[in-house]
Amino acid sequence: MKKFEQCNGLVVPLDRANVDTDAIIPKQFLKSIKRSGFGQYLFDEWRFLDHGEPGMTVAQRQINPDFILNQPRYQGAEILLARDNFGCGSSREHAPWALQDYGFSIIIAPSFADIFFNNCFKIGLLPIVLDGTIVDRLIKATEATVGYRLLVELNAQIVSTPSGEHYFFEIDAFRKHCLLNGLDEIGQTLQHAEKIRDYEKKRRIEQPWLFA
Amino acid sequence: MKTLYDKLWESHVVHAESDGADATVLLYIDRHLVHEVTSPQAFESLRMAGRKPWRTSSILAVADHNVPTTDRRHGISDPVSRLQVETLDQNCDEFGITEFKMDDLRQGIVHVIGPEQGATLPGMTVVCGDSHTSTHGAFACLAFGIGTSEVEHVLATQCLVTKKSRAMQVLVEGVLPAGVTAKDIALAVIGEIGTAGGNGYAIEFAGSAIRALSMEGRMTLCNMAIEAGARAGMIAVDDVTIDYLKDRPFAPKGLLWEQAIAYWRTLKSDEDAIFDRTVRMDATRIKPQVTWGTSPEMVASVNGRVPAPSDIVDVVKRNAVMRALEYMDLQPHMPITEIYLDKIFIGSCTNSRIEDLRAAAAVVAGKKIASNIKLAMVVPGSGLVKSQAEQEGLDRIFREAGFEWRDPGCSMCLAMNEDRLGSGERCASTSNRNFEGRQGPGGRTHLVSPVMAAAAAIAGHFVDIDS
Ligand code: SF4
Repeated sequence: MKKFEQCNGLVVPLDRANVDTDAIIPKQFLKSIKRSGFGQYLFDEWRFLDHGEPGMTVAQRQINPDFILNQPRYQGAEILLARDNFGCGSSREHAPWALQDYGFSIIIAPSFADIFFNNCFKIGLLPIVLDGTIVDRLIKATEATVGYRLLVELNAQIVSTPSGEHYFFEIDAFRKHCLLNGLDEIGQTLQHAEKIRDYEKKRRIEQPWLFA
Repeated sequence: MKTLYDKLWESHVVHAESDGADATVLLYIDRHLVHEVTSPQAFESLRMAGRKPWRTSSILAVADHNVPTTDRRHGISDPVSRLQVETLDQNCDEFGITEFKMDDLRQGIVHVIGPEQGATLPGMTVVCGDSHTSTHGAFACLAFGIGTSEVEHVLATQCLVTKKSRAMQVLVEGVLPAGVTAKDIALAVIGEIGTAGGNGYAIEFAGSAIRALSMEGRMTLCNMAIEAGARAGMIAVDDVTIDYLKDRPFAPKGLLWEQAIAYWRTLKSDEDAIFDRTVRMDATRIKPQVTWGTSPEMVASVNGRVPAPSDIVDVVKRNAVMRALEYMDLQPHMPITEIYLDKIFIGSCTNSRIEDLRAAAAVVAGKKIASNIKLAMVVPGSGLVKSQAEQEGLDRIFREAGFEWRDPGCSMCLAMNEDRLGSGERCASTSNRNFEGRQGPGGRTHLVSPVMAAAAAIAGHFVDIDS
């Protein structure tokens, strides 16, 4: 995993609540057995007017000019501002893969669906929870200012606006440590292999039917 | 004093990074269910890192999302789908993992076959790369969906890095009115607390109405805990649980069975356990539920009406309702019973078990589907459910009424195979998600119970089952 320190990124606002994983990456694209290449199908039903199928390239598609991600001023955005309960629905990790592959490295919302939130950390995409009123303010500011950027510093846990407001965000210490150091979680866990084996030994005695 | 969730959690902690309830822990996983959509990248990464599955006997695999529900002898026509299913077969063969292949009678939806085989047992931690893993919580398991990186993590280490959620109790007391089912409880709870209401919580369903449910009903309810935002739903062990599991192929036998049930009986919340939040529902007041919008929380009683955006004060909510009504092509204040359907889908891991099919068959027996219904289909949850239903003659009842009788799989729950809605088509579906395009691009989904889906097939529109 890549190390994450800070990001001074262009922001795009997605002014909808309950954006679900089917909207983030429609199911026809889940048939791939690969881990990359999902960015071109991110928000497929909103970004394009025609129906997308795996294998199609953006060049072949009918772009929906009204969808916010397609507006020229938001090209190259790295920070997505969203509303409540972002990423609800299925457990598909294809959703964070698609967001990351498209170019996002941070999603800011007042709340996230649990599994989605969790999946983001596993791939080094940073979900940040900020109060609803702050997100509201940021969405308005982004819409009002072309080229609006936010500075996100993971170590200090601060989101800063161009006009000098600073917003603190919470993050679990272990997750922060993994992100800052780009650590492979499986390698970390395997350092406890002995403990896992001990646990199994104990359970074999206490609940033998689980190992029958 | 402990909640059921506390007990399940504490008995699986292998290591904690720190003290306290907020600690990141290594949680041991007893049962890992695997399907074709969320596993290929996990196996691939595992192989690339030169690792092997930690304990293959904990894994049970099946292809369900992509499989055709019509004649299987021709295989899967879509090459991309086929490759995904073949990849699962290869991975399972390579690592010696038990898999029910497409031609196996035991094949079916992953959340149907786990319990059916007794592979889901009380007290276990159960994970699967699928959000509806919450289903298995009906057996007093800690069961939840995980992403592909976590699938790889569990394959490699038999553990997950995770944190404890808060505990919510949903207490449903009283006797359900006739025609009202576990599905209606699920939708009513979601209507009450919202799709984000359970975020950060594990929900325990309790109360007399829950104890009165069969295992099938309990699975339906826990299945939709995820639609309420909770990762896990669970129900304490009682005789119903134990009777269901007896003699299932993977369940313990003989002395081990006796030993197991003695432990399983302890799997309930202590009398004085404290929950972070309690939601109370009166079962006697729950009506048959129908969703009208594009989120499961957009739900009404069948004798109710579609809301009007003008009645809603909150701007974000009002906009969401407006967008939903537009997508669903419904008029504000329109009675739910005036919604006419094009298609009927009885199936999915929410409602495709034998009892669901029996309930639906009882409604359609001797009747014919309405002339405006273009397609009505029943997709049993597994090969075993299908054959059981056929032994009981349910297939004949459905066929004579004009339903199609299909092979098991996820089918039109998410339309990854050929079964899908056309643009603008309206469907009464017993599945769990009504998001835009879920059942096919432009398709319109109304979530209902099997009884309601069956009644709507006959009437051509939703009907107040009471009247
Ligand atoms: S039936 Fe639907 S919800 Fe259940 S596992 Fe299959 S796709 Fe997911």
